[in-house]
Amino acid sequence: MGVEVVVEGLTKSFGKQTIWQDVTLTLPPGEVSVMLGPSGTGKSVFLKSLVGLLKPEQGKIVINGTDLVRCSEHRLYEIRKMFGVLFQDGALFGSMNLYDNIAFPLREHTRKTEAEVRRIVLEKMEMVGLVGAEKKLPGEISGGMRKRAGLARALVLDPEIILCDEPDSGLDPVRTAYLSQLLIDLNAQIDATILIVTHNINIARTVPDNLGMLFRRELVMFGPREVLLTSDEPVVEQFLNGRRLGPIGMSEEKDTATMAAEQAHADAGHSDGSTSEDVRGIIPQIEPTPGLPFRDAVRRRKDRVMSIIHQLPYQAQQGIIESLTTEEQVRYGVHVGAPAAAPAPSPWPRQGGVL
Amino acid sequence: MTTQTSFPGAGALRETGKLCQLGIDVVRTTFRRPFQLREFIQQSWFIVSVTVLPTALVSIPFGAVIALQLGSLTRQIGAQSFTGAASVLAIIQQASPIVTALLIAGAGGSAICADLGSRKIREEIDAMEVLGVSPIHRLVVPRVLAAMLVSVLLNGMVSVVGVLGGYFFNVIMQDGTPGAYLASFSALAQLPDLWISELKALIFGFIAGIVAAYRGLNPAGGPKGVGDAVNQAVVITFLLLFFVNFVLTTIYLQVVPAKGS
Repeated sequence: MGVEVVVEGLTKSFGKQTIWQDVTLTLPPGEVSVMLGPSGTGKSVFLKSLVGLLKPEQGKIVINGTDLVRCSEHRLYEIRKMFGVLFQDGALFGSMNLYDNIAFPLREHTRKTEAEVRRIVLEKMEMVGLVGAEKKLPGEISGGMRKRAGLARALVLDPEIILCDEPDSGLDPVRTAYLSQLLIDLNAQIDATILIVTHNINIARTVPDNLGMLFRRELVMFGPREVLLTSDEPVVEQFLNGRRLGPIGMSEEKDTATMAAEQAHADAGHSDGSTSEDVRGIIPQIEPTPGLPFRDAVRRRKDRVMSIIHQLPYQAQQGIIESLTTEEQVRYGVHVGAPAAAPAPSPWPRQGGVL
Repeated sequence: MTTQTSFPGAGALRETGKLCQLGIDVVRTTFRRPFQLREFIQQSWFIVSVTVLPTALVSIPFGAVIALQLGSLTRQIGAQSFTGAASVLAIIQQASPIVTALLIAGAGGSAICADLGSRKIREEIDAMEVLGVSPIHRLVVPRVLAAMLVSVLLNGMVSVVGVLGGYFFNVIMQDGTPGAYLASFSALAQLPDLWISELKALIFGFIAGIVAAYRGLNPAGGPKGVGDAVNQAVVITFLLLFFVNFVLTTIYLQVVPAKGS
């Protein structure tokens, strides 16, 4: 099973400029999480901090009992072997062809024979749809192919944590959908903890178990997907619907005068840039391709969410309850329309490490 | 947690500290297994290919200038028989490590810096770290060692080519006596002169490699930053090399007595 990533009070600044402060969240083991945020809110910086490429000034990041912010260089390299990271542009080695790029981690860290390496590399290349492109150099292929090759390389060592930096940027909607499916399938197969950083609303609505959002130098919220998807928070509402009206401006923040002017425009009938419908609300999550194993994370998450459901906002509670089967509603002792009261007793035996 | 104190010159000290840190890391990592033999050979070959021709072309006129200058000087003071001795000494002890260093830094170092810099801005270095591979072990160490090896070898070549150039110009252009030129070789020069020459080349190669790697791994951001980094790497290396040359020469002249004294 994937490992748990605990982030506590993390603060990062470049010189005098604070990127974000006091970020506290837990990536539950084996679950898929998405971090949303407008451009320039430090999502990529957050991702790089998680793998120890950037050192936050305060707080800690605990993985398997080791604090990444303060551990030794040697320990950091050990921990990093558990990570698979997909960089925004794939970050392939320009001097190697795709095959060698994807084989690189295997050749560096394992004593596998060349035949085994070949088998694994070709398997991963097929997984991301790159068969036949083994001999190509990263400079000769499209951005989307580079991205998929980067993903294949991140996967060869069977990582326990997968971090994706904007998997959708530069990809068309169809390929993005395939990639989303691929990530969910992966989660079903290897049960890795996955964090996706993106500003793609479709991914945010359909892929994750947990959803968070960074804005104005802090974490607006992080929790089960239902919470953010049903939130009344103006920032969240504006972001999910992709409209100009709201606290997010072209530059990071917006002053009241601009807001009032925009409101006046909108009242006069000028479009605010969004489609008229409100896309908030809970829609079904992507499921693994038929034939693959059931995602353990879903069951674990259901247990975890049901034990904290009484702390969640009413709308989120209703969304969660509606997504349960009648049988499950009975088992957890909740029903539609009524607020969940006490922590429901777990109907399944709890596993070690599950929150 | 880390609060940076600031006073005039703090930035320069910090950079110097980081440069030394990288130097120490490289020395430490050199002994870590597995040694990146393939990368080392490739880089050595690469540095040779960009430096060998310019070095040869520079060392011929360099030897000639020294020979001509010394030729006319020795004639003025009536010491023609020592022309060969003096030019060999000048070429082996000073000219050849400096020529080598300039070319290693200018041709080899700038290529290393540009290569690492562009890898850094393409996030290749980050990716490598995330894959659990130390870029210092995988990329920097082979490059620094290659620069050192090639520097020592080039130094030998410059010495030979320089001395031959000196011989040619002295004997052909200034009507010197071939026999006297060759016979006086060992009048002033001694074996330690060759050792210090090679040692200088080795140290210059190390410095050129470290500075190039340091600037390459820390470009200011964006493609322009890489260009600036290459530029700075070459300038910093030159400054350091001439200073280190001065220090080494001083120590050598103090420690090793001149022949016959």
